[in-house]
Parts: sequence; C-alpha cells; structure tokens
Amino acid sequence: MSIATEQAEIVSEFSMFDDWMQRYEYMIELGKSLPLIDQAHKTDDNVIKGCQSKVWVHAELDDDKIVFTADSDAIITKGIIAILIRAFSNQPPKEILAAETHFIDEIGLKEHLSPTRANGLVSMIKQLKMYALAYQTQLS
Amino acid sequence: MYSTTIDISQIRADFPILQRQVNGQPLVYLDNAATSQTPLAVIDAISDYYKHTNANIHRGVHALSQEATDQFEAARQKIQTHFNAAQAHEIIFTSGTTHSINLVANGFASFLEKGDELIVSTLEHHANIVPWQMLCERTGAQLKVIPINENGTLDMSVYADLLGDRTKVVFVNHVSNALGIINPIEEIIEEAHAFGAAVLIDGAQATPHIIPDVQALDVEFYTTSAHKICGPTGMGALYGKEAWLRKLPPYQGGGEMIDQVTFDKTTYADLPHKFEAGTPNIAGGVGFGAAVDYMNNIGFDAIAAHENDLMRHATEKLRKIEGLHIYGDVDNKVAVISFNVEGLHPYDIGTLLDKMGIAVRTGHHCCQPIMDHFQIPGTVRASFAFYNTHEEVERFIAGVEKAVGMLR
Repeated sequence: MSIATEQAEIVSEFSMFDDWMQRYEYMIELGKSLPLIDQAHKTDDNVIKGCQSKVWVHAELDDDKIVFTADSDAIITKGIIAILIRAFSNQPPKEILAAETHFIDEIGLKEHLSPTRANGLVSMIKQLKMYALAYQTQLS
Repeated sequence: MYSTTIDISQIRADFPILQRQVNGQPLVYLDNAATSQTPLAVIDAISDYYKHTNANIHRGVHALSQEATDQFEAARQKIQTHFNAAQAHEIIFTSGTTHSINLVANGFASFLEKGDELIVSTLEHHANIVPWQMLCERTGAQLKVIPINENGTLDMSVYADLLGDRTKVVFVNHVSNALGIINPIEEIIEEAHAFGAAVLIDGAQATPHIIPDVQALDVEFYTTSAHKICGPTGMGALYGKEAWLRKLPPYQGGGEMIDQVTFDKTTYADLPHKFEAGTPNIAGGVGFGAAVDYMNNIGFDAIAAHENDLMRHATEKLRKIEGLHIYGDVDNKVAVISFNVEGLHPYDIGTLLDKMGIAVRTGHHCCQPIMDHFQIPGTVRASFAFYNTHEEVERFIAGVEKAVGMLR
C-alpha cells in the first residue's frame, strides 16, 4: 500500500468521529496498541528533541524499505507516533521523503502541527524523514 | 460552605479575556502562575499612555516628555509604597525577574573571590539558578544547595549548616512556582545576616498573593515581574537597599544611566537611573503602576481569602481521585496545586483539559531540580487567581476526572 493510500485510509477512519473526544479516544487506543519497541533501542540517541514527553524512534532497513518502531511515555504522543508509523513504515526511503503530511490536518489534529506545540509532532515527522534521507544515501 | 468576600462577577467583567471561548468551551484559566490576565484598568492605562502622553522621558523640555516622566516616576512610587521601600530610587525598573536577577548576579562578580560561597535552594526557578551558576564560572565561587524534605519544604537544618563565613549571597524564592510552597524567608534572611551574607528574594510567585514588606524583611534585594500581578509582560521591579545599589556596578551601559561622558571617563547617573540604561519600558511602567493599584483596590486579604477557598475546594476534590498525588501538599502555600495521576503522563492530562477549554501548565515548570528530586518528568499545575470561581473549580475537577477516565 502506498503512503497516500494508507493516509487516505487513516483519514477515512477518523472521519467517522463526530467530536474531539472520540478522535482522542481512538488516538489513545492506537497509542496503547502500538507494538513495543525493542528496549535496546530506547536510548538517549533515539530520543526526539522538542517534545514535553519522551519519544523514541528507531529505524531499520528491511530489503529496500524502512521499518520504524517507536515509543513514548505519554499516551497521546504515542498515538500520534503510531499514526505516523502506520503512514510511513514499510515504505522505501524515496517515498517517505516525498510524502506530504496534509492528512494530519484532515484527521482533526491540526493544532498538533504547530512547530511550537510541546508534543513535537513536527519534530517527529522531521526525524522520520531524516532517517529516510540517511537510508536513501546509503542505498544509492 | 465556600465563603467569598469579593464580588467575583463584577471582577470578571474587568477581564475581557475571561469572556472568550477556547475549543468551543468557556475558558477556564488556571495557568495564573505562568502569567495572570490583564484587567481593563491596566489595558486602558497603557492605551491612554500611547494615545495621549507618549514621549521619551527624563530629558525633554516639552510638555509630553514631562508628563510621561511624571507618569513613569509615579509608577515607581506606587511600587515603592507597595513594597514599603524606604525610598523611590531603591526601586529599579527591569524587564522582569530574570533581568533583575541577572543584574544583581552580574554586579556580584566585582566582589567575589575564588572559594566564596553562594547558597541557592532546590525549589528555585531556572532564572534564579543559571545566572548564579554563570557567576560561579566567572569567579570561581561555589554554589551550595539547600535540599528539600519529602513534602517539598526546605530542609532548614541543612541551610543552617551550609551558611558560613565564606557565604556571600543567598537567593531563594518567596514562593515556589512549581509547588506553591511559601518559604520561611524571614528566617532565611535573619540567618544569612548572622554571617554577613546578602539575600535576594525572587518574589515572582509571591507578589500575586502576598504584599512584601522589604523593610520589615530587612532584605537586600527583592524582585518581581509585572505580568504575574495583572500587569504587562516585559516589565518588572527590583528592590535593592540603597547601600547595595550604590555598591553594585552598572549592569548595562548606554543613555539614561550616565552623568558625564567623555572618551577618557564616563561617570554614572544616580540611582535608580544607573541601572536603567536606554529608553525604559515607559508604557510598561504605567501599566505596572495601574496593576498594583487595581490589586490593592480589591485588597490582598480578600484576594488571598478567595484564592485559598478555591484551592481548598479543588484540593479536597482532587484527593478523591484514585491514584492522584499532590506535590508540596502543605498548609503554608499559595493557590497552586501541582499533581500527577499514577501511570499517566502530565502532558496527556494537560492536552485533554485543553480540549475542554481548561488551561493548566504541564511539564517541569522551569524547575528541573525539583522534578529530579521527586523522580518525575513533570507535573500538572493548576494555579488560581482571585477572578477564578468555584464553578470553574468544578469544571476543572470534572475535566481531570474525564481525562483520567479516557487515559486509563
């Protein structure tokens, strides 16, 4: 599935909710069901700066695709990173680098897109793309 | 059950921002320890100043300049009276508490020698730690830290042990911004003086609730920020004993702070101008004066009584929430409640409260040493002001319950 298709699917899931509470409850659920990251990857090097909560992201190459795993000590942040991982994981670096992130706005989380917001969504996206850039360089 | 002696609905009408909605709900503003809201009396004073008086001060021959100077100096006298300082020139206008502390810490560089000691408390805001650490790096002086007890209060017996003949200055906040605890500053000052040490009190969190009497305290330096007490941002005051202000070298050079300038030697202006280089925040000063008047018109006794009522109400209800822990839960505190719920991150609770129109602060509150002491990433902090209501406390409690329910 392409990133765009995956994002469209996420948008359609979120469109079923009428209010913020349902959206956040779903995000909390996504956060809780995020697969556990290997403890060995929860290092200070893997912590994303700019978040009030701690977020760890690890990336590794599986054939020519990047597999992301992540964790956070805050559950809403974990939900956000779970959404991002669903959209970007198991994709080639080139596709990740080219991907748009409008879907965040469309699922009603626009307020989290502000670079000054303490949750660091913008930093998370940047970090995922940095990994993609690094692997892209390695592959070419 | 919860008595009030002030007319809250009348007071709330003075604050336009309290009428607005956030995320589709009427705003419940409980982040007053970060910044207080601004009443019309202050907004109008600033606006009137720009509409009718705006000019540069202290040097003009024209009428506007004189009027602006009079208003700015009248504001200084209001702060002097409010702090009960002996003289108006002992009040230095600064951009806020951070500026004030940097001004004093920088001045101490001239007196300190390697091996001298400074005493700070664990409860300090980073603004009352970092300038002194920088001073230590410059001078070779040593920073000693007063630890806290399990309940968050200062361990005064260790303080007594830390004091010595090499102690030059002690700097402590009057009220902890992260926990709301009122520190025993009278005792701290008295014991420091026994060793000839000077004391700086960071009053940023105390002045919204308590009137400091700098002469009764016999303190060398006391400082606050206007925006904590209904005034504008970018404005603050530093009280210093005259002898100390004369002893400290100027902090910044420029206009306003000089007496004579030649390329051979410049002599400095008298107090308070020696510390007020450049065109000051004149409108900010006018607004600060109006804010102090506004608060005094309501009355600090009535303010404290109502805020403490709100805090008791909220504390009682919060304690009933399973797994909720309040940090610094002692009697002697201002209307600040810092808490966590077992297994939940403060950020999650704060985010959900925001969706319900309730503004609280989450995080380390610029006090990482306190968070390290409790071994937590941060807390949720609700801080109350005299314009908050018991209905808002109820909405806050319901909000916390709802957030906890969603997160568990």
